[in-house]
Amino acid sequence: MRVNWKTYNSEKFFDEIISSPGFARKPARRLASYLASLTHDELLEKKRAADLAIKTMGISFTVYSDAGNIDREWPYDIIPRIIAEKEWDQTSLGLQQRLRALNCFINDTYNDQKIFKDKIIPKELVLESTNFRKECMGINPKYGVWAHICGTDLIKGDDGQFYVLEDNLRVPSGVSYMLENRRVTKRVFPELFENHRIRPITEYPAQLFDTLAAISPRPTDYPEVVVLTPGTFNSAYFEHSFLAQRMGAELVEGGDLVVEKDKVFMRTIDGLSQVDVVYRRIDDMFLDPKVFRKDSTLGVPGLFKSWVKGNVALANAPGAGVADDKIIYTYVPAMIKYYLGEEPLLPNVESYLCVDKVQRQHVLENLDKLVIKPANESGGYGMLIGPQASKRELADFAGRIKADPRNYMAQPLISLSTVPILGERVVEPRHVDLRPFILQADKTHVTAGGLTRVAMVKGSFIVNSSQGGGSKDTWIVGGK
Amino acid sequence: MLSRVAERIYWQARYLERAENTARLLGVFSTLLLDLPPGTKLSWRSLVEITGTDQAFDEKYKQANERNVMRFLLLDSTSSLLNTLESTRENARTTREIMPLEAFEQINDLFHYAKDYAAVSVSGGSRHKFLEEIISSCHEISGLMAGSMSRGAAYSFVRLGRSLERADMATRIIDVGSGNLLPDIGTGAKPEESNEPYENTLWMNILRSLTAYQMYRQHVKHRVNGEDVVRFLLQDDDFPRAATHVLTTITKVLKHLPNNTKAAKQVDKTLRIIERGNISKLLDAGLFEYLDDLQIEIAKIHTSIADTWFLPHK
Repeated sequence: MRVNWKTYNSEKFFDEIISSPGFARKPARRLASYLASLTHDELLEKKRAADLAIKTMGISFTVYSDAGNIDREWPYDIIPRIIAEKEWDQTSLGLQQRLRALNCFINDTYNDQKIFKDKIIPKELVLESTNFRKECMGINPKYGVWAHICGTDLIKGDDGQFYVLEDNLRVPSGVSYMLENRRVTKRVFPELFENHRIRPITEYPAQLFDTLAAISPRPTDYPEVVVLTPGTFNSAYFEHSFLAQRMGAELVEGGDLVVEKDKVFMRTIDGLSQVDVVYRRIDDMFLDPKVFRKDSTLGVPGLFKSWVKGNVALANAPGAGVADDKIIYTYVPAMIKYYLGEEPLLPNVESYLCVDKVQRQHVLENLDKLVIKPANESGGYGMLIGPQASKRELADFAGRIKADPRNYMAQPLISLSTVPILGERVVEPRHVDLRPFILQADKTHVTAGGLTRVAMVKGSFIVNSSQGGGSKDTWIVGGK
Repeated sequence: MLSRVAERIYWQARYLERAENTARLLGVFSTLLLDLPPGTKLSWRSLVEITGTDQAFDEKYKQANERNVMRFLLLDSTSSLLNTLESTRENARTTREIMPLEAFEQINDLFHYAKDYAAVSVSGGSRHKFLEEIISSCHEISGLMAGSMSRGAAYSFVRLGRSLERADMATRIIDVGSGNLLPDIGTGAKPEESNEPYENTLWMNILRSLTAYQMYRQHVKHRVNGEDVVRFLLQDDDFPRAATHVLTTITKVLKHLPNNTKAAKQVDKTLRIIERGNISKLLDAGLFEYLDDLQIEIAKIHTSIADTWFLPHK
């Protein structure tokens, strides 16, 4: 069966490609008519080619299960997602503005704490965050930047506008899949690239390298940059290896590094060799057993002290996660005004703080209509989706909120926008979000688009790859 | 280059070489055994012995027939062709940032191919094609690395791994091959008359299993006979799978690596043992002890490489 846009129906949700049955939105028109021109067999052939390409290219991620870790092929849907260039340029400015403000906030938190003194954010809320690291007080990293790499999750609501769902400032992942998705699409749909003006995304590894090189403490033309991975069994190992390769940086595990006289070295076949910048993909708590978790075998003893002494740069800096707490999130618009004196270009999703008595009452009364999120979980874990929850789950969460209000916030269930995926037989609408990546050191960069994650199950809002989500190539297209 | 990376590259190259050797060995022996009369010493079991896995085999199977041996060596044993390719892939996956991108993609493809077809290739006519496909893919991958990698540390460890695996394989095949072919050599007794018509074929196939037959014919003017074959596989300077040649290669590669004294000494020592081996005397007595010693020295080369350049194992 050929693609028939007249029978494609996203119901009450905002669809990014089809505005009303049979009619494509302007930036997606060529794509929609191209897809409709293919026979069913041609379309299936494209899908098979994509599956094969992913297998051959070894694009994989690891799923942890009781039966052991499985290296699974990356889930990818062949129909690209389209965003108009104009819309993206505005969004991109908003993302840069946001990261600049977040970095001001982190630096302020660990130094002067002006924002608390000026009563914009209650001090206790920040100091109680599980991602606040008292060990980082008084440290002032180069350019005042703590979060050099940020993955901000955006969603589109019913009004077709982008909203910020959360900022990931610790070890955001997914950028390698963004790059690989494009490679696969180019193999599968080369003809589409001829008649679209699609913004390239290939500069990312070079920009990442420049960002990391810029924070090197040693004045040298060739700083030694390494990517620190927890190891080959980590779910994001593919990405760690991918980024190291694309940057020409060494990919190291904790055991490869050693600290001597507060300097960091790696063990090479020539002996020890000094390291300037560590792009660490290990959580704070595992970084250095001398400072954080003593039982960590992934980290490097002495690494933290070496960073404090300014002998090595860490990206992202330890403690940067204090700003990706979901409670702190609600204050980001206020931070933008406070530190930058600007109006936020990108809105937050409306949120309720359970720590506030009035807002908590509202949350408890409307649990079945809201999404409840714990402050510091990621990957979609520990959430309650009110409208889909059982009575028992609702009661359970009400109890948890009362016991630990600081740890919860609530948002209305946002109707994520949809885009078409190629299902078993026909194209069907599925919900998506978008994770662009923002870099900041001496300069800021934003990826052209980002990683589109898609809930492959009909009606589902869960886009996380660890929970059955898929992905799509994302195109920022210009008009001719 | 990181010590850990050096180690993984080395093993990746060793496993890749091992996979190729295993595939060729299985190919050559399956054709050969079809031609042998009943009662010949060489049997399907000899294949298990060459790979040094007889104990594991006996725990799993009662009978060393074609089906069991092939099943074991293709996919069941820990050192089966499939497992060897999986280890190659795992080491390649974890050195992806160093090796050419296409090398990983091809190794990955090769593993998936083996996984899909190993089981159906245990018996029947498809086996030959399967093994040939494996061998030619291995060649392709080696060729790709040779053609696209700078001659720096990474490629040095590729060559070390490959060469040491070849040295190991050559001595193993001579050991098991001559033990089976010439049950009486080394003991001073006379060869059994009944074996004679086949001796020539058997030695030919030993050569084939190391791709050495053609080069032997061109460079050794005699007809194929045990003494010359052993001498060729151990002492030839020019044949790329002969022990002397691979050890000389290792010597050359070591010159480009830092802190190479310990490993270089061990290679020299091993080379001298090979040089001094008087093959015709050894065939009369002492060949097996000699080969045992040689294998121990080759294993020590590996240890000295690991001690010098790899991460210390806690």
